[in-house]
Amino acid sequence: MSYKIETQNLSAWFGSKQVLQDITMKIKGNVVTAIIGPSGCGKTTLIRCLNRMHELTPRAKVTGKVLLDGEDIYGENVDPVTVRRRIGMVFQKPNPFPMMSIYDNVAAGLKLNGIVDKHRLDKIVEKSLKAAHLWDEVKLELGKSGASLSGGQQQRLCIARALAIEPEVILMDEPTSALDPTAAAKIEQLIRILAEDYTVVIVTHNMQQAARVSDFTAFLYLGKLVEYGSTKDIFENPKSELTEKYITGEFG
Amino acid sequence: MRSYRFRKLEDRIMISLAYAALIIALIPLASILIETVGRGLSAMSFNLFFEEIPPLGQSGGGIGPAIQGTLIVVALASVMGIPIGVFSGIYLAESRQSRLASVARFLNDVLTNVPSIVLGIFGWALIVVAIGWSVIAGAIALAIMMIPIVTRTTEEAIKLVPSTIREAAIALGVPQWKTTLTVVLSSAKKGIATGILLAVARISGETAPLLLTILGSRFWFSGFAQPTAALPLAIFNFSQSPFRTVDLPRAWGASLILIFIVLAINIAVRYYTREKYG
Repeated sequence: MSYKIETQNLSAWFGSKQVLQDITMKIKGNVVTAIIGPSGCGKTTLIRCLNRMHELTPRAKVTGKVLLDGEDIYGENVDPVTVRRRIGMVFQKPNPFPMMSIYDNVAAGLKLNGIVDKHRLDKIVEKSLKAAHLWDEVKLELGKSGASLSGGQQQRLCIARALAIEPEVILMDEPTSALDPTAAAKIEQLIRILAEDYTVVIVTHNMQQAARVSDFTAFLYLGKLVEYGSTKDIFENPKSELTEKYITGEFG
Repeated sequence: MRSYRFRKLEDRIMISLAYAALIIALIPLASILIETVGRGLSAMSFNLFFEEIPPLGQSGGGIGPAIQGTLIVVALASVMGIPIGVFSGIYLAESRQSRLASVARFLNDVLTNVPSIVLGIFGWALIVVAIGWSVIAGAIALAIMMIPIVTRTTEEAIKLVPSTIREAAIALGVPQWKTTLTVVLSSAKKGIATGILLAVARISGETAPLLLTILGSRFWFSGFAQPTAALPLAIFNFSQSPFRTVDLPRAWGASLILIFIVLAINIAVRYYTREKYG
């Protein structure tokens, strides 16, 4: 089996503070990979390095390689904008564009990239909303504001928005932390289904969630990759003492 | 129990004081409006809008050229000042850290507080001396007045756009410049429009810079390089007139029209930038 994403000696800084140290890991395609670890361990920074969002923070720096299908996304001639079209992202807090309707939110990525064919947009919007399991709830009110939806619906709207540009990878940064358990459960189901077509990398501080949704789990601590393996192994048979302590709730 | 009643009394006194202060603050505002509307309305006539300005003391005529002149000068100043102000504001908001931005921000704040008569002299020395009293000179002086106001309010409005909105667009593979010009700007448009409005309203009533640049005129617009009339100048001239019975009503009429123009711009901008999803 080939790997979709591969990081090689990936390190990241904010100013002079190093937040990731020599992360080398291979992420498989069409599976869900969870990144767990205590607050401040660099989980979010790690996935933000995977779609070149990290470098947008002032004084942020990245070294090492991130290979997407074998090609380094930090390579000299690579346009970060193109990378981000192939690797979508869903954020911690649902962030639909407040001044846009539901329809426009989903179509935003395409419209802003110059696609105006109404017929094509209609099709993609419907397909994306269906894939995000939101279509049935909003199909009669696509013109309403995206901000008028509930938190869980907003997050699924953001997922639909990410899917609309047809990425290959979807990064999720604690996508359910701002949601109630019912809404979170819906997102978790959705993540499982998305893995059939996409490569999903999810950051979570919720270990049960990692155990429920992921196929592979990486445990990060103080910017280092402590352990990485199948979710089953990490949770049932961790090799590192640190991982075991974290999983059993001794710290974190 | 005594202390509770005492506290209630205190409470009532404070509220009464606050109301009293509010009413005192509203008295001048209300009396300006009532006086202007009352006296201005009685000066209203069809001719007032469409006739050329008569010499002081002469009956008949109107203030048509002054209305026309104000609209032209303010429009020309806006065409020059708004884009420069908005784009400067975008620059300041987008590159907060840069050295140039902090210097520019400081200079901009200084410029905001420059007395308008100084901008008038500037316009006079720079343009009037070269090409003579003209619409262009007045518009440039007013544009320079607008720029710092528009720049500052644009910067503030953009800073208020949550970074999550910007990140959402960037993560969709939208280039940064496009993100700023579309998603960020449209989230900030209400604040920006308010700033523009403030600036337009402010320059519409300016007299000092115009005295030194467009000079004033009794006739219709005759070219951008020619002097022109304007409402504030007309108000100034008519109110200085020794022929009170003839000219003072015209000053009130011009005042009312000026207030109406500012109000109309205000309503138009508010309507255009109203929250689609309230």
